[in-house]
Amino acid sequence: MKLGFLVDLNLCMGCKGCEIACKVENEVPLGSWRLRVKYIDIGTFPETSRSFTPLRCNHCENAPCERICPVSALHYLENGIVNIDNERCIGCAGCMMACPYGAIYMDPETNTADKCTYCAHRIESGMMPACVVICPVQANIFGDIEDESSHISRYIMEHQGAVQVRKPEKHTNPKHFYVGGGTQTLDPLAQQRLEGYNLFNNITHLEHVGDPNHGVIDRFLKPFESHEELDNKSMMDFASEGAHEAEGGH
Amino acid sequence: MVEHTVSATQAIVTLDVALPGIIWGWMITLNMWAKSVGTGVVLVGAFLLWRHKKEELPGIRWTMPLISFVFLNIFLLFTLTDLHQPYRMINIFLHPHWTSAITVGAWMASLFTLLISIMAVIGFFEAHPNVRKNCKLANLAREKSALYDKIFPVAVVLAVPVTLYTAIIMAESAARELWQTPAELMQMMWAALMAGAAGLVFVSDKWSEGARRDLALVLAISTFFSFMMYMGEYFFSFKSAEAEATLAYVHAGGEYNTEFWAGMLIGFVAPFFIAIGTMKSDNKTLLRFAALLALIGLFMAKDVWLKIPQMLPLS
Ligand code: SF4
Ligand code: SF4
Repeated sequence: MKLGFLVDLNLCMGCKGCEIACKVENEVPLGSWRLRVKYIDIGTFPETSRSFTPLRCNHCENAPCERICPVSALHYLENGIVNIDNERCIGCAGCMMACPYGAIYMDPETNTADKCTYCAHRIESGMMPACVVICPVQANIFGDIEDESSHISRYIMEHQGAVQVRKPEKHTNPKHFYVGGGTQTLDPLAQQRLEGYNLFNNITHLEHVGDPNHGVIDRFLKPFESHEELDNKSMMDFASEGAHEAEGGH
Repeated sequence: MVEHTVSATQAIVTLDVALPGIIWGWMITLNMWAKSVGTGVVLVGAFLLWRHKKEELPGIRWTMPLISFVFLNIFLLFTLTDLHQPYRMINIFLHPHWTSAITVGAWMASLFTLLISIMAVIGFFEAHPNVRKNCKLANLAREKSALYDKIFPVAVVLAVPVTLYTAIIMAESAARELWQTPAELMQMMWAALMAGAAGLVFVSDKWSEGARRDLALVLAISTFFSFMMYMGEYFFSFKSAEAEATLAYVHAGGEYNTEFWAGMLIGFVAPFFIAIGTMKSDNKTLLRFAALLALIGLFMAKDVWLKIPQMLPLS
């Protein structure tokens, strides 16, 4: 059994339901995302269109994050899920440097790495991932890609030639597919991130990696403590333009 | 004319989350820099001991491992401090994952530090027979002088992978295309020789002129080749879109342009010429100045090269 995901971008309407469902299901802290829907505007006025691309961990068959993790906190499950054990994670951020898709974040509450697990805990009890259940247009298709009769396998067969993965040149063998995507939507270097064009401005770089209220000394003095000070303000403390030179996480 | 006003993919991100910014910052730069000194002094020290008689290098038997010991501890301290869960470092030893260069490196660096610590203790007490005369450990160290010579070759061999493993971590950082294994391996090696020579310059006051000339030679060669590699990467670069986009941060107008060129001039160009000069006429002060510049510039260059690939959006 090898679990896989497919998102039909022709169906996605950018409602962000999956993003919220994921946040709630996995209690993802403020300022962190396991799944996000990116809006990309294409063309010049009046010939413009907006596309929506949900982005999550690809559960790569050949995962650089698993390879670099010094303590096997990142590990494969038998069903193909790349899972993470944050009790074991030492917070070296090697995986954040290795994942070519930026899918891993440093949880500001636990100060350990975390990521989408395809809702491994739900799968275990026979449920679908939260993002799949919530999607009003069924753009998220999830299932066993080794089973030829599964919905996802049939979908892939029906859309042959239009099924893509992100950065195939990295030889990661992603198990997350897109239908209806293109370079503009799937390649971050083909998109411009212009300040002033965003619906929300000043969204460039986070100032901190991990807990912003947990300084270097705290890592030694209060290693396992989380913070009451975590609120909207402290977590959404985005760096102003150019300020990302202030080194994140340190 | 439309192709001039509309780029091929006129795609603009209009709503997205913030990027994580710099994940590995100055602590990792310091880590790599200190490791270069810690391993480099052993490599360059071995080279000098091979070329010259011990008598020409008074004090090297204890100053070399001592410098190495200090810088290895800086390296280890910042490796630990950069972890978000420093106490869990123990998991690297309890649950090692051998495909990870971080694991292999941590084990090798620990062993290397142990060997260097033993050498430093033996070397120090051997060179200072009047210090702690009644201390058991000191006397034991003095008795074990022969052990030093047994450990030394092992330490020299081990210094090579210990200095190089960070290049493999960078290679395993599959998201960052600027870091290509062959280039990074060579840069780490040159950095170790450069930092090692620079480190030893500060204790070479009483050494023979020939030994100092060798230090200057190593410094000149390593700065020259390292600089050449940076220039090759900077100007002629790669055929990868991501590496090209990364280099935009150091090219003209990029945020790291000034730091990069300052690093190149301070750390490579200036020490190269000074070192060449001091090879002709022995000048301790100038050589020390070159060594200091090389260490500062090396830090800057490493810092830039570490940070720029982290600026790109990955998804
Ligand atoms: S997408 Fe990133 S985090 Fe997910 S398995 Fe692949 S490398 Fe690991
Ligand atoms: S941060 Fe944690 S999960 Fe990521 S590589 Fe380091 S130990 Fe592994």
